[in-house]
Amino acid sequence: MASVAKEWREIPGRYNLVGCKCGACGKIYFPRRNLCPECRRASIGKMEDYAICRKGKVFSFSVIYDAPECNNLLKPYAVAMVKTDDGVMISAQLVDVDVNSIEIGMPVRAVLRKLDADGESGVIHYGFKFVPDN
Amino acid sequence: MEVGIVSYGAYVPRYRIKPEEIGRIWGVDGKGMGKGLMIFQKSVPSPDEDVVTIATEAARYMMDRVPDVDPKDIGAIYVGSESHPYAVKPTATIVAEAIMATPALTAADMEFACKAGTAGIQACMGLVGSGMIKYGVAIGADTSQGAPGDALEYSASAGGAAYLIGTEKVIARINKTLSFTTDTPDFWRREGQPYPLHGGRFTGEPAYFRHITSAAKMMMEAMGTTPADYKYAVFHQPNGKFPTRVAAQLGFTPEQIEYGLLTPNIGNTYSGAVPLGLANVLDHAQPGDRIFVTSYGSGAGSDAFDITVTDEIVNYKRSNAPVLEKILADPIYVDYGVYAKYKGKIVMPE
Repeated sequence: MASVAKEWREIPGRYNLVGCKCGACGKIYFPRRNLCPECRRASIGKMEDYAICRKGKVFSFSVIYDAPECNNLLKPYAVAMVKTDDGVMISAQLVDVDVNSIEIGMPVRAVLRKLDADGESGVIHYGFKFVPDN
Repeated sequence: MEVGIVSYGAYVPRYRIKPEEIGRIWGVDGKGMGKGLMIFQKSVPSPDEDVVTIATEAARYMMDRVPDVDPKDIGAIYVGSESHPYAVKPTATIVAEAIMATPALTAADMEFACKAGTAGIQACMGLVGSGMIKYGVAIGADTSQGAPGDALEYSASAGGAAYLIGTEKVIARINKTLSFTTDTPDFWRREGQPYPLHGGRFTGEPAYFRHITSAAKMMMEAMGTTPADYKYAVFHQPNGKFPTRVAAQLGFTPEQIEYGLLTPNIGNTYSGAVPLGLANVLDHAQPGDRIFVTSYGSGAGSDAFDITVTDEIVNYKRSNAPVLEKILADPIYVDYGVYAKYKGKIVMPE
């Protein structure tokens, strides 16, 4: 069971793709980080929250047949690397799609879905997945 | 002060099952059952979808259509449903976070069988109309439950719609709302029980028909209108048969209810039903169109609305989100085995 507080801290990124933008060089990072690895000291105090575009295209993908327990009901399912329209690479499940019809370059968008739950009585964890953007 | 709908968004899961497939498992003439109910397929949520995700999707579409509205100006959010994922922990808080409306707002979950969504619209109208808040969000959404083999299994489906209520750039003015409420136990689910029970035929005349016709007549009397004054009408739709019959009883024509009747195509989305029907009407509406809406929630009550579409709908960015025809256009059909798995009807090992 994951710590409720740890999961809670992840909410901005998981619900709304909130990453950050370096105030010095303008580079966008996801997930959030405290320091720009390129600007280093020059970025201290300049990393600003940045909500990444929810739309993008499949850069690459893999179909998962041997799934962790939390995804048992969904298998086989795809995990995709998605390049968002603002150029950030994000990985997540790609759902509501026939895994045989997925193509590189396919337009997708991020939606909120259930990721996991701490058993029948624990907290439900929500976060982003991708679906085809028809 | 003009209070009304500033924006709306709708969402229905992509999966579908047909009544003949359900009937095949239970040794019943499913096709005949579907014909009797006027339900020819119903939506099925994916295992990773629930009321939170459906309400969020509808609310995000709603916000996409009003890019000039700051989500921080939303002062209230109400999510009406009878299938909230938590018994204690509000769906509305999660949806509010997901549309970046937190933290300066009030939020609560509502429950009144199938009319909790329209009850939320009324609550938002009060808060907006009194000047307490700038915008209110009311959402009706459900992933409704039907016991295996029960008549409800042929109808209980999933979907929802969200409404932004305000006073500026109103695309559909709500001229009046009123309600008709009594203690009528036609359908219920006790705390902790997975499936609801219902009173069979008792759900008809003393429940659905009495409450809808009473609220509808009260509204037309208050407004001095007749069915001929409305371009469209939307009634609660537990199946296709009831709203068709109640419309005829009140004097509305099949053409008036055509766009507002989605249940034959997606099943009964419970709290989502009237909000989705109204969304489909608004997808087609033109300035000046007058819309008559009456919801119904078991237990029992009806909320009636008299709505006029304004000139503002011409400037409204409806195309920033998909209309319902597009959302419903490309379904994935599942068999009963997949349906049972998706709906959690198969007991899994710990």
